[in-house]
Amino acid sequence: MEGLLMAIYIFVLAVFVGFELITKIPQILHTPLMSGTNAISGITLIGAIVVAGRLEGPLSTTFGVVAIVLATVNAVGGFLVTDRMLRMFQRRPEGES
Amino acid sequence: MNRAPFVPLLIDVPYLITAVLFIFAIKRLASPTTARSGNALGALGMLIAVIATLLHQEILGFQAILAGLVVGSAIGVVAARTVKMTAMPQMVAVLNGLGGGASALVAADEYLRIAAGAATATADVVLTIIIGVLVGAVTFSGSVIAFGKLQEVITGRAVTYPLQKTVNALLFAGIVAAGGWLVVAAEPSPSLFLAFSFASLLLGVLLVVPIGGADMPVVIAFLNSATGIAAAATGFVLRNHALIIVGALVGASGLILTQIMCRAMNRSLVNVLFGAFGAAVGANGAAAGREEGRTVREVTAEDAAILLGYARSVIIVPGYGLAVAQAQHQVRDLANALEARGVEVRFAIHPVAGRMPGHMNVLLAEANVPYDQLVEMERINADFERTDVALVIGANDVVNPAARSDPSSPLYGMPILDVDRAKHVIVLKRGMNPGFAGVENELFFQENTRMLFGDAKSSLTALVQEAKAMAGG
Repeated sequence: MEGLLMAIYIFVLAVFVGFELITKIPQILHTPLMSGTNAISGITLIGAIVVAGRLEGPLSTTFGVVAIVLATVNAVGGFLVTDRMLRMFQRRPEGES
Repeated sequence: MNRAPFVPLLIDVPYLITAVLFIFAIKRLASPTTARSGNALGALGMLIAVIATLLHQEILGFQAILAGLVVGSAIGVVAARTVKMTAMPQMVAVLNGLGGGASALVAADEYLRIAAGAATATADVVLTIIIGVLVGAVTFSGSVIAFGKLQEVITGRAVTYPLQKTVNALLFAGIVAAGGWLVVAAEPSPSLFLAFSFASLLLGVLLVVPIGGADMPVVIAFLNSATGIAAAATGFVLRNHALIIVGALVGASGLILTQIMCRAMNRSLVNVLFGAFGAAVGANGAAAGREEGRTVREVTAEDAAILLGYARSVIIVPGYGLAVAQAQHQVRDLANALEARGVEVRFAIHPVAGRMPGHMNVLLAEANVPYDQLVEMERINADFERTDVALVIGANDVVNPAARSDPSSPLYGMPILDVDRAKHVIVLKRGMNPGFAGVENELFFQENTRMLFGDAKSSLTALVQEAKAMAGG
């Protein structure tokens, strides 16, 4: 139960950090923000690795591997597509630089 | 878990680094110049977390893991490279769904362990599992439906049927009851758990089906938040603080975006999710009957180009219609042609322009419009009065002055772009259909407004040609 309380503390504090961070992001970058945070939420991948790696029977391993594939697509696809978008925003207007 | 005291430290320190890197990643997203490095930091954080997990002593089978990672990466790379910028909302919807699905599977596996006697079932563990499966499954199936609507595989209209809300409420009540039983039951019940999981999937479908296509930006933002919550729930299940922190960050982010979208559309989240808005309004279709007694003033592409070409300042207002017609390159050409004539050109971006938050900025950036020409609503609204021509392309409700002046209008109170205050207004539009809210737009009947009917892409192409033809003058 102590562990749960600790986890709740961390969750609540992180929510506040999230609110502070996100409110500072300009509207122009909201789409990359969404795909970027989306990629970050692929962190559930580490949970999937734990499940697939503990070898507790075929059903469990299947769940784990499917979860790994889903989460990896989420993370890899998310980071790359965000980078593709941000590259376009980085481009300087012609004539400058 | 009997680990040597330093082992948890070795595993938790990389996770802490990951969390810190993610926070810096989001922080750097605050400016277009630093955003790309921020995204790279995020990817680095993910890599560190994955490697730390792989080095975990409880990981036994590596082959299956590596196979999963390789397959997932390959799909991710191909999808990210090939997706069109106009299809970004669908892409984000799919990625949301995958994250939710993965979280649900991880949580579900933990329940199966309990059922198999491999883990102890305390009430708080089962509760977090239940929440993880519910949120993850709803996110997964809801995102699939959102993708279908955006891709136009299924109808974008709000699908309604009798007793819809009753059915949903009953389903939700059933899910809560089953979940509660699973938490308090002395013995784990895999069959009830299975029923619970499928009911959660069904709930995701039923929740998104009645939401109209134009409300999808809100739904995507909301589902984005839900993937974060699902990841955090998984973190609670596995007692992994990195997952909890990251899930909370993403959950907060999605919630803020949802709020912004709702405010910009003058709707409450409850109204978007349960209002079945837009059930009666068609997605497009031919010109509806014009109101008798009032006429709009049509203009030819030639005259419109003259108006634009001899203006000192022009503000272009791109809307949903521009995104649908995929005419972002043509609008850039027009801006260039006008600038070549010495006209000051800026773009006014309403928060809900495009098909997801910030989508219009991405589309215009793709077409090489420099981002310092894209101006947010609050910063440009005061400038319309001093602007010669406002060019509205495929936008309707977001430029409806009734939002300012008519308390009886459903749009009243919604923040709009004050294009009606410009000296001249040119509206590019397919026909006289009302906008998404189904409201007549007074702007179109105004003295200083000219209408150029037709598809946004061909109208813009014609304008560019005319503008270039008069380049000598």
